[in-house]
Amino acid sequence: MPHDSLDHDHAHSVLPSDPALRVKALETLLVQKGLIDPKTLDAIIDTYENKIGPQNGARLVAKAWSDPDFMAKLMSDATATALELGFYGRQGEHLVAVQNTEAVHNLVVCTLCSCYPWPLLGIPPSWYKSDAYRSRAVREPRKVLAEFGVQLNEDKEVRVWDSTAEIRYLVIPQRPLGTEGWSEDALASIVSRDSMIGTALVEVPQ
Amino acid sequence: MSRIHDMGGRFGDGAVTPDFGQEPVFKEEWHGRALALTLASGFLGQWTLDEGRHMRESLSPTDYMRFSYYEKWLAGLANLLVEKGVVSRDELETGSTNTATEALLARVIKAEDVPARLSKGGPTERDVGPKALFAVGDLVKTHPAGNTTVPGGHTRLPIYAGGKTGQIVAIHGNHVFPDTNAHQAGEAPEPLYTVAFKANELWKHPDGPKDLVMLDLWQSYLAPL
Repeated sequence: MPHDSLDHDHAHSVLPSDPALRVKALETLLVQKGLIDPKTLDAIIDTYENKIGPQNGARLVAKAWSDPDFMAKLMSDATATALELGFYGRQGEHLVAVQNTEAVHNLVVCTLCSCYPWPLLGIPPSWYKSDAYRSRAVREPRKVLAEFGVQLNEDKEVRVWDSTAEIRYLVIPQRPLGTEGWSEDALASIVSRDSMIGTALVEVPQ
Repeated sequence: MSRIHDMGGRFGDGAVTPDFGQEPVFKEEWHGRALALTLASGFLGQWTLDEGRHMRESLSPTDYMRFSYYEKWLAGLANLLVEKGVVSRDELETGSTNTATEALLARVIKAEDVPARLSKGGPTERDVGPKALFAVGDLVKTHPAGNTTVPGGHTRLPIYAGGKTGQIVAIHGNHVFPDTNAHQAGEAPEPLYTVAFKANELWKHPDGPKDLVMLDLWQSYLAPL
């Protein structure tokens, strides 16, 4: 059924105006009806606050940097390869890894909503979900990158991945010079969330 | 034929404000609560992922712009709960319950099942549907953006990429078609492709002459060139 029938009569408008009270009202009602267990909500929040986050993606990148065979597998089948480390699930059912090189820089956005590889990076940050990022990343990626402090050479090709279907993209940043011989843990510690979205480069801390 | 959420390429939104990894996962306590409530309600199985997205997109432009991110989720959730008959408008307004929902009780997700259910995900690839009409390397032209059967309906071809020429760079198998799945017209899986568009095909003033925009597009959005 098209939702236009509701366009002039949205049910949400009867809820309290304060958003925190609005959530509380909905939760209370659904708990009363036996449809939601508050402990379930606690468990979902705990999952994304403490268990699933960019540390997962960073481990994947560090392993790929350290092991050329693993990198090759990751580039050809990221879903199966991430699963080897136990990373799979909601909003990460179909993964593709895209690799930054001397010639190409990759940047991920979702212009239509906020699609993001949850099992590898967790819940997206506010800026990723902002109108400014969603509207501008596809049209002027270099200006957006400059706002993150990233300046790219003009001869580098920028590929912006507008992830509007159920394929989720992970950027594999370039491994910085000066990290030869580092352990995977040490490498993972310098791989930032933004570098796996494409809005940062990985640098060795001074 | 446009809706407010389809903002790729729009001018006037100002600078992006990076957090450089400093922002907490949920800035306010109710943000996490809103996300969890939406996911837990989704597990009741009364609507599809695409219906959920479409409900948020169907907010009035005024509400869409004035609402923060999780307020959009809440509004979409409230509308879906009422549209699907999970709660009544009266219940929403009074906060007290007067309808039975026994049929749904077996679907309520328990706390101990959260890790397994989130890990399971909801893959959208299917082994049925039409054969791929295009091969990697083919040039294609997108149709004008818009759901072809439901006016103002859900679609995943952004306005900015409608009527443009691109090149197939990957084939992902057959995936559930959002344009039908959002409107109770079935999954109707069909081939999904990654299509590369040159920036100067999409924008009057491209940021870089060699830059590309890559979009995952269903076969129905594409015509041979």
